[in-house]
Amino acid sequence: MRGLVLPLLLIGLAEIGARLHGASDVLAPPSAVGVALIEALRDGSLALATRDTLIAAFGGLAAGAMSGLALGVVLGLSRPLDRLMALPLELLRPIPSVAVIPVALVALGFGYRLEIVIVGFACIWPMLILTRAAVADVEPKLLEVARILRLTPFATVTKIVVPAALPRIFVAFRLAAGVALIVAVTVEIAVNPQGLGAALMTAGQALRPDLTLACLVWVGIVGFALNQLLLGVEARLFRLGPTR
Amino acid sequence: MKVWLWRLASLGLLALIVAGWAEIAALKLLPPLFLPSPSRAGFAVINGFMRGGLLAKFEGTLAHMSMGWLVASLIGTALGALIGSSARARAYIGPTLEFLRPLPASAVIPVAISIFGLTPAMAVGVIAFGSIWPMLLATVHGFAHVEPRLLEVGRALHMSRLAVALKIAFPSALPDILAGMRLGLTVALILSVVCEMIAGLDGLGSWELLAARGYRSPDIFAGVMLLGAVGLCANAALSIIETQALRWRQ
Repeated sequence: MRGLVLPLLLIGLAEIGARLHGASDVLAPPSAVGVALIEALRDGSLALATRDTLIAAFGGLAAGAMSGLALGVVLGLSRPLDRLMALPLELLRPIPSVAVIPVALVALGFGYRLEIVIVGFACIWPMLILTRAAVADVEPKLLEVARILRLTPFATVTKIVVPAALPRIFVAFRLAAGVALIVAVTVEIAVNPQGLGAALMTAGQALRPDLTLACLVWVGIVGFALNQLLLGVEARLFRLGPTR
Repeated sequence: MKVWLWRLASLGLLALIVAGWAEIAALKLLPPLFLPSPSRAGFAVINGFMRGGLLAKFEGTLAHMSMGWLVASLIGTALGALIGSSARARAYIGPTLEFLRPLPASAVIPVAISIFGLTPAMAVGVIAFGSIWPMLLATVHGFAHVEPRLLEVGRALHMSRLAVALKIAFPSALPDILAGMRLGLTVALILSVVCEMIAGLDGLGSWELLAARGYRSPDIFAGVMLLGAVGLCANAALSIIETQALRWRQ
């Protein structure tokens, strides 16, 4: 509970400071932010924006995580292929996801597709790298068992490799989910006129600091809730206890 | 020796990919409006540097990124050291940091714009805010997990708290700090591009967005390639610093 002292103190100070300062176009007292948040939640605008953001984030996450997983399994199993792909991947990976926005914008225009493509591109990397490492570390004896049982390559992957690497693959998925939400909001703030990012920008441009900060708080809550949910699922599935 | 052969083979694959890209562009399998040929994209880089003012944009992005990152590094390490070396501070401040960490840093841009306006200061502030988290949390972790026996040595030698922090805790936390700084640099580059796009600041982000508005796809690809190069070089530079700074550990 000692963790609550600092936030409460800061909120109290902000409230007093804002009251002393008087009306402002830039910042709002926390009480006004709370009122704006409740109002935006009640009239459904925030729910709609959240839905748009989550659709794009999960769509991109699904696309990026699947491709990252597939590539990671293949590269983790085949050392020669991993070495062959090294240079192209090393050159592609440092490209910041947001740098691809204009490319996708010209080709796809505004909307879900633009966001899904960018989120997907960003989500490939954590998934690919961690899956590759997890698969490469799969106990070699398990692969020998697969060979003795004459499993097809596909069955080896689905029955032996992926289950053995699953706890680490799930950690990768959790990280990718965090990235997905961040990138989705970022794309909306930068160009895409929909979802929570756009709601934030609109509120800011309308000189509504209470609503802007309310959206910001809401984005924080959504991100925190998503992370907690995935941590809970992880602890349930793998009985690992909370890792960070 | 064998490593070099593999490197060469990998380079061959890369050449093959670029050749495939050129072929797709030449056959117009995708509209040339979306996908310029690699040579046109390459020329766009050269052309931009020769007379398109690309150099100024390039420097702008580098400046935003490194300024924000440096500010974040200084504050993040100092604050992290303070929080990390006191268990009581960790108990009070830790949960707040954990809550703020997953917040998308770009979400503070609208707030930063209303405070600072569409200025480079806004960009530096946002970049610093966003890239501070990995460094701050890594430094807290590093300072909190110093080998207890080393701290006992410090006590036995009657070292002051400052001396313990500088001579014992900092070197032992250095690997964590450097790893955090590397993560922070990636975040800093992303946020520089976003800030430039929104605020129209001189940089590769606004260059790319303007090119997109004018449907000049070779220029967009030039921007993407340059940003990739910035990311690659920044990461490489930091990993060299990392190995140099941590050489004493082996």
